[in-house]
Amino acid sequence: MANLTINGKTFTLDVEPDTPLLWAIRENAGLTGTKYGCGIAQCGACTVHIDGVATRSCGVSVSEAAGKKITTIEGLASGNTLHKVQEAWIAQDVPQCGYCQSGMIMAVAALLTEKPKPTDADIDEAITNICRCGTFQQVREAIHTIASA
Amino acid sequence: MNKHVSPRMNRRAFVIGTAAVGAGLAIGLDIPFGGPAVVRAADGSPEIGAWVVVRPDDTVVIRIARSEMGQGSLTGLAQLVAEELECDWSKVSTEYPTPGQSVARKRVWGDFSTGGSRGIRSSQDYVRKGGATARVMLIQAAAEAWKVPASECTAANSVITHTPSGKTTTYGKVAEAAAKLTPPTDVKLKDPKDWKLIGKGVKRLDTAEKTTGTMIYGIDVKLPGMLNAAIKDCPVFGGKVKSFDEAKITGMKGVKKVVKVGDTAVAVVADTWWHAKTALEALPIVWDEGDNAKVSSESIAKWLTEGLANEQPAYVGNKNGDAKAAIASAAKKIEAVYSYPYQNHATMEPMNATAVYTADKCEVWCGTQNGEAAFAATLEASGLPAEKCDVHKVMPGGGFGRRGQTDYVRQAVLIAKEMPGTPIKLLWSREEDMAHGRYHPITQCKMTGAFDADNNLVALHYRLSGQSILFSLRPEALQNGMDPAAFQGVAQSGEAAFGYSVPNLLVEHAMRNPHVPPGFWRGVNVNHNAIYMECFMDELAQAAGQDPLEFRRKLMGNHPKHLAVLNAVAEKIGWSTPAPQGIYRGIAQVMGYGSYVAGAAEISVTDGNKIKVHRIVASTDPGYVVNPAQVERQIAGSFVYGLSALFYGGCTVKDGRIEQSNFDTYNSMRINEMPKVESVMVPSGGFWGGVGEPTIGVAAPAVLNAYFAATGKRIRSVPLRDQNITFA
Repeated sequence: MANLTINGKTFTLDVEPDTPLLWAIRENAGLTGTKYGCGIAQCGACTVHIDGVATRSCGVSVSEAAGKKITTIEGLASGNTLHKVQEAWIAQDVPQCGYCQSGMIMAVAALLTEKPKPTDADIDEAITNICRCGTFQQVREAIHTIASA
Repeated sequence: MNKHVSPRMNRRAFVIGTAAVGAGLAIGLDIPFGGPAVVRAADGSPEIGAWVVVRPDDTVVIRIARSEMGQGSLTGLAQLVAEELECDWSKVSTEYPTPGQSVARKRVWGDFSTGGSRGIRSSQDYVRKGGATARVMLIQAAAEAWKVPASECTAANSVITHTPSGKTTTYGKVAEAAAKLTPPTDVKLKDPKDWKLIGKGVKRLDTAEKTTGTMIYGIDVKLPGMLNAAIKDCPVFGGKVKSFDEAKITGMKGVKKVVKVGDTAVAVVADTWWHAKTALEALPIVWDEGDNAKVSSESIAKWLTEGLANEQPAYVGNKNGDAKAAIASAAKKIEAVYSYPYQNHATMEPMNATAVYTADKCEVWCGTQNGEAAFAATLEASGLPAEKCDVHKVMPGGGFGRRGQTDYVRQAVLIAKEMPGTPIKLLWSREEDMAHGRYHPITQCKMTGAFDADNNLVALHYRLSGQSILFSLRPEALQNGMDPAAFQGVAQSGEAAFGYSVPNLLVEHAMRNPHVPPGFWRGVNVNHNAIYMECFMDELAQAAGQDPLEFRRKLMGNHPKHLAVLNAVAEKIGWSTPAPQGIYRGIAQVMGYGSYVAGAAEISVTDGNKIKVHRIVASTDPGYVVNPAQVERQIAGSFVYGLSALFYGGCTVKDGRIEQSNFDTYNSMRINEMPKVESVMVPSGGFWGGVGEPTIGVAAPAVLNAYFAATGKRIRSVPLRDQNITFA
């Protein structure tokens, strides 16, 4: 059993302590917006915020995440108001297949909290998610659009 | 949240979480017997022909048979229908008919296959007619209600106007009456110059859900009582399961069943996938690996190299003059051998499918590029007839050709069959996905070019040796044993025609098929053929002491469309003016999938092995551009896919199995490595070419030719990581 605080809600989940947070989120909490891509923290599709820090949830165990504030893509919006990254993604038609975009958006949201006006170098350093469709150009443009708003 | 996002892709996937299995899922069309010939959508709204449903509130649902997998065809196809329908684009949503429904209606929606960059070009005619047919019927219905000639009525933005009287009505108001009319058989399509929506970069219809985590991919499907399966297929292709020790994992948490899948694989079914995967890793499996276990990359390379020798048998794909004789008597000749490795599609979402089987029904939910092929696999694996099966397409997390295959669908059904009535979601681990791809085929190529005393190219011998995709996947398409697709980009004519005129030409293929299963990998045979030909073209230009662009131009006089895109990139990148200090350029062109493409790269190289790609210019002539914003994204994405394969890709074989296991050993480009891509669209009209794939052909050769310009070194094999060359 583990108690996890996800998107402001407490979940009591029947999972072993070494279960990767990704799978507890997807299968036990039922929040499937966070995606599985590699399981070895390489691709970033499973990125969530843990205490505000963009983290690859496949590489964190449930026991490590317990007691911390976890935010997934489903919890990024405030009620009915989308997060500015989500709004920019819609306005600029960023996603192609979209599978990596939950993780991409979470990584970008964390970057913008830390650096509201990131340079290209900041983006290069912080955004290391894989996108096989190749949306990087739109991702970069959307980040700059948000930053200059 | 719905207040701010407006999902415009109606997909039954959203109700499957609560729907009872086997009930309500196949609904969507109601074909009454004996009543009025009106076909109704699930919500009761009438169909106006098979492609269009009009609701009383004027919203329009457009049926899409081809699969969306990120490439944007869903939006483009809707634009084609809406253009002719003259409906209000802001009220358009889309819906996938199922393959089972299509079969039941004599394939009214045509081909579901979404590969070969065919999604739009192969269906544009009949989907536009579908829109036009509905428009004619809606206008006719209004005219009959007003008792005026239909010829006095016009339609725009879902409003029908009787021009002489000024009376108006809307599509929603006349839909019921229109649905009862006999569809016209001779609708006329608009002249392209009158298009209002085709050619516009309108927003995709499926974006909002992809930003909120609410888009349902195959991996996200949930059904009541569903269990999860993890699978391991024999790592050596062609090998079999000898035995497994089920007792070792019995009692592990959540484990429900261990299933042998066919002769080659074992699956563990558990409450969660994490439990299934954990137990599968603990399960001792003994494989009968067979003789293929002796095969390695080295043994394959040796076999292919033998095929480069002229005395070995080969199929001739393109020929004029007598290349061998011309080479023998030439003033000067040059020769080079290139190679291209296996590549995995590595879609972001690993293969998966959900199946539920009973003796009376088998249903599958999956991302697929070919709903009908997935349907056929469901029939075959379940042993049930078509009327008892169906496939529900959900969003795939990438396709790139991999999801045209149905191996994962077959496995899911076979597992579900062992547990009748229980929905089973089969998900491959990334490691399984890397080990059991349908790989870009492996080839080598020896090219010989010959010049006369004036440095004119008089002969070219292009000799491929290696794997045929059709031999393995579509043997019925072979022509007397020859794989015609092997010559994509160097073919005599057709949708992938060679763009140069050489007086003596011989293009041939010594087919050698290793045991590693090949597949259609974005760009397919255009990839290696364009690398070989366009890099060698640079070598020929160098041997002739000529500029690579000018050398090409001289050979392209009879190929004006090939030349036009090449000229377009040359102009845009500024080929005629020197590159900035420290920057070097490369250029390439090819034709594939009915479109003409060219690319040019500007790179810098530090320490001889660190490449920074500063700028890419890419030009394409697909005849018509339906949605320029999406075409631009396909062009840019082609460079990410193609350059990832060039720098980081390459699957190697050891002991009969693929060595790469995850993104740590099969890496993919990141944002910091992404060059700026500038696209130049030069649609010349009069034909319909594909967009998703052709551009990948020029990605690698443009960069490799720029690398030569920078360093004087030719790179003749892929990936660059094997040569310690990487992104700066």
